[in-house]
Amino acid sequence: MALPMLFFVLIGAISVAAAVGVVGSRQPVHSALFLLTNFVTLAVLYITLEAQFLAAIQVIIYAGGIVILILFVIMLLGSEEIDGDITNQSWTGYAGLLLGLFMLSAMAFNFLNAFGEMDANAAALQGGAPKPVGLALFTKYILPVELVGVLLLVALIGALLMGRFPSKRVS
Amino acid sequence: MVPTNFYLILSALLFTIGVAGVLTRRNALIIFMCVELMLNSVNLTLVALSRHWGNFNGHIFVFMIMAVAAAEVAIGLAILIAQYHLSKTTNIDEINLMKW
Repeated sequence: MALPMLFFVLIGAISVAAAVGVVGSRQPVHSALFLLTNFVTLAVLYITLEAQFLAAIQVIIYAGGIVILILFVIMLLGSEEIDGDITNQSWTGYAGLLLGLFMLSAMAFNFLNAFGEMDANAAALQGGAPKPVGLALFTKYILPVELVGVLLLVALIGALLMGRFPSKRVS
Repeated sequence: MVPTNFYLILSALLFTIGVAGVLTRRNALIIFMCVELMLNSVNLTLVALSRHWGNFNGHIFVFMIMAVAAAEVAIGLAILIAQYHLSKTTNIDEINLMKW
């Protein structure tokens, strides 16, 4: 087995194990830390996929921002009060697992026969360095970048309003 | 170089784990994390296909998805905290104010 393949299998196994840990762990804090592991392994995979800029952004936004925000909320709400015990057993869990396995097998069966050839196009990406990505962002895709700026502003105002006036009614 | 379909299968696996988490867990915060897991698996698909075809469109798309995910996390956690102030729980079986 070639070295890049071995590396991919190792990182992919860590990623899948971390994802299973997110779903399966009892404590929300453990779930958040498994989520952090999953994000970091995905950043490593982005580097192997010629996307260095996105790997850096992945670490900064997801690992540095989103996981910290989730940990803050767990801290505010209290970890012991929000443990994820299933109070009333129902059939949805088994249906979810069954449908998930079905979807996974269907997708894997399709992907085994497609996209298998080695591609020679990867050199056009220049390693996904910040310079070509930034040039594409600020010339061809300038309108979506501006729209994302507006979206982030609206999200900022919305989060501010949502947190500023907590409802006093406790049912 | 690892072929593209290995990345696609890994991405499908991560997406399926995320879906199973959303369908089985009862804690709103953990469901939130599973949604993030699904978003990240889609990002992995887009980056892999971007390398496969050798253009930057997938990278740009992933950049936009990351911005939307950041906005979604800010709003979603704010809603979660407001809901917690209202009913002192994050169990989605007990959050049934809008269920008729």
